[in-house]
Amino acid sequence: MLAERFRADFPILDQTVNGHPLVYLDNAASTQRPASVINEINRYYREDHANVHRGLHALSTRATTLYENARQRVADYLNAEQAECIIFTRGTTESINLVASSWAGNELRAGDGILLTEMEHHANLIPWQIVAKKVGAKLHFLPVTGDQGKIDWSQLDSILTSHPIRIVALTHISNSLGRINPVTEVCRIARKHGAVTLVDAAQSAGHMPLDVKAIDCDFLAFSGHKCCGPTGIGVLYGRKSLLDTMTPYQTGGEMIVSVTFEGAEWKPPPHRFEAGTPHIAGAIGLATALDYLERVGRSAIQENDHYFGQVAAARLREIPNLRVFGPEGDRAGIASFQLGNIHAHDLVAFADQKGIALRGGHHCNQPLIRKLGLRATARASFYLYNTESELDRLIEVLHAASKYFGD
Amino acid sequence: MDFDELYQEIILDHSKRPRNSGVLPPPATRGSGFNPACGDEVTVFVLQSPEGKIETISFQAQACAICTASTSLMTLQVKGTTSEQALAIQRHFIDFLTKDGPSDGLGHLRALAGVKKFPQRLKCATLGWHALETALKAGG
Repeated sequence: MLAERFRADFPILDQTVNGHPLVYLDNAASTQRPASVINEINRYYREDHANVHRGLHALSTRATTLYENARQRVADYLNAEQAECIIFTRGTTESINLVASSWAGNELRAGDGILLTEMEHHANLIPWQIVAKKVGAKLHFLPVTGDQGKIDWSQLDSILTSHPIRIVALTHISNSLGRINPVTEVCRIARKHGAVTLVDAAQSAGHMPLDVKAIDCDFLAFSGHKCCGPTGIGVLYGRKSLLDTMTPYQTGGEMIVSVTFEGAEWKPPPHRFEAGTPHIAGAIGLATALDYLERVGRSAIQENDHYFGQVAAARLREIPNLRVFGPEGDRAGIASFQLGNIHAHDLVAFADQKGIALRGGHHCNQPLIRKLGLRATARASFYLYNTESELDRLIEVLHAASKYFGD
Repeated sequence: MDFDELYQEIILDHSKRPRNSGVLPPPATRGSGFNPACGDEVTVFVLQSPEGKIETISFQAQACAICTASTSLMTLQVKGTTSEQALAIQRHFIDFLTKDGPSDGLGHLRALAGVKKFPQRLKCATLGWHALETALKAGG
C-alpha cells in the first residue's frame, strides 16, 4: 500500500468530518495536494512572483524561467517531443474547447464526421456538439453497452471506413465506469484512416505512466487538480505540426509578435494559445505535483489504483441489492454504484455524516447514466493515499445506509 | 444529530411510500421541475374544479428522499385549496426554509426544517413546489 509511505504528505487528510476521521473517496472529482505543492506555490508568491515574458527585471526573469521550466516538466512527464507542444490552459475542459475551436472550427467542413464514445464526460461532448452544429459536421458515437460499460472496438475500423471521420476524441479512463480504453490501438486505427485523435487524459494523467509518443495521439488533455496540482491549470499537448497550422483560441496580450491598428501577427505555439497573463503559480504548482508523482512512481500508483478498483468493486458486489457499474476485470480506482432504491444524494449525505466523501450525481455523464436507466449514481474513487481500512469503513457505512433507508 | 433531523421518520416514510403518486390525464394540467445538478425530475399533475379548487393532485418523481417526501407532503397540504391559497402555502414554506420564516400552519411540512442546515439540499426540498406552480399556471 502506497498510503503507508505517502499519506502523511497530504496535510488535509488529517482531520475529522462530522466527528469521524475523514475518508476522502472523491478523487476522480479532484485529488488532494501534497505539502510540497502547497509550499512551492506559497514560496513562489513570497519570493519570485512577477508577470512573465515581458518584464526585464529580476523577478520577471525568475517567474518566466519557472513558468517555462514547468512547461518542459510537463513535456518530459508526457514524453512529448518538445516543450512547444505543451499549452497551459485552465483544465481539460478548456484544452478540448481549444481543439474544437482552433482546429475543428477551421478544418471541418459540412458532412465531415466526429467520432466519440458514449462514455465521454460532457467536456468531451458538448464542444463537439457546438462545432458540429456550426460547420454542419456529424457526430458519431461508439455505443457503450450494459452495466459493465463495454465498447465493441471491432466496429471502429468499419465506422472509419464508411464515414468521413476527421477526428476521434475519446476518454482514456471513464470517470464514471472506471473502464480503461485502449487509446494506443484506437489512435493507430484512426491514423490509418487519416483521422486526427484526441485523448481525454483527465482520469489517467495522475494515475499511470503516459507517453504521447507511444500513444501517438495528436492531442491529449488533462487537468492539474486531478493529479495533485492546483485547480485552474491544465494542459493541452498537441502535435507540433498541427499546432503550427492552428489559429489562436483567445486573443490579446502575450500571444502576438506585432500589432498595428489594423491587424496582428501571432506568436508561434505554444504562446499563440496563451493569451493574457497565464496561471503562473498554477503551472509551477503543477510541475511540483508531477515531480511528486514521479517520486511516488507512476507504475506504483497505477498498481495501487487498480488494486483498490478491483477490490472495491468485488466487495461492493457482496452487499445485497448493490449494482456496480464498470468492468468486472481490470479497472481504474473508480467504482460507481447504485444501492437498492436509495437515491445517490441520500446515500452521499449519509456517508458524509460518517466522514466519508463520495460523489453522487451524473458525473457529467448524463447521457450514459440515462442509458443505464438511472439519473444518478454514487461513486467512490481512490488514490495513492487511501487505505484498506478506509475501504472497510465505506463498506460498513453502506451496510448501515441499507438499513437506514431500507424498507 | 443533524442528520436524523434532516431524515426524520416522516420524511423516510413519505419517500418510501409517497402519497398521491401517479399520473393524471388531461384535463389535469402538469408542471415539471428539473434539477440539473443531479438529474432529478418531478412532475406534478393538478385537476382543478370549476371554482378553482385543487380537486385532485398527484406527482411522479425520480428523485431523492428529501425531494420525494417534500412533494408527497405538499400534495396533502394543498389538496382542496385554491390556486392562490396553494401558492401562498408555497411561499410560506419556502420562506420557512430560506428566511427562517414562521412554521405555524405548515403542519407536517415542518419536518423539512432540517434542510435549513443543509443548504445544498434546498433545491431538493423545493423542486416539487416549483413544479406545482407551473402546473397551476398552466391551468390559467
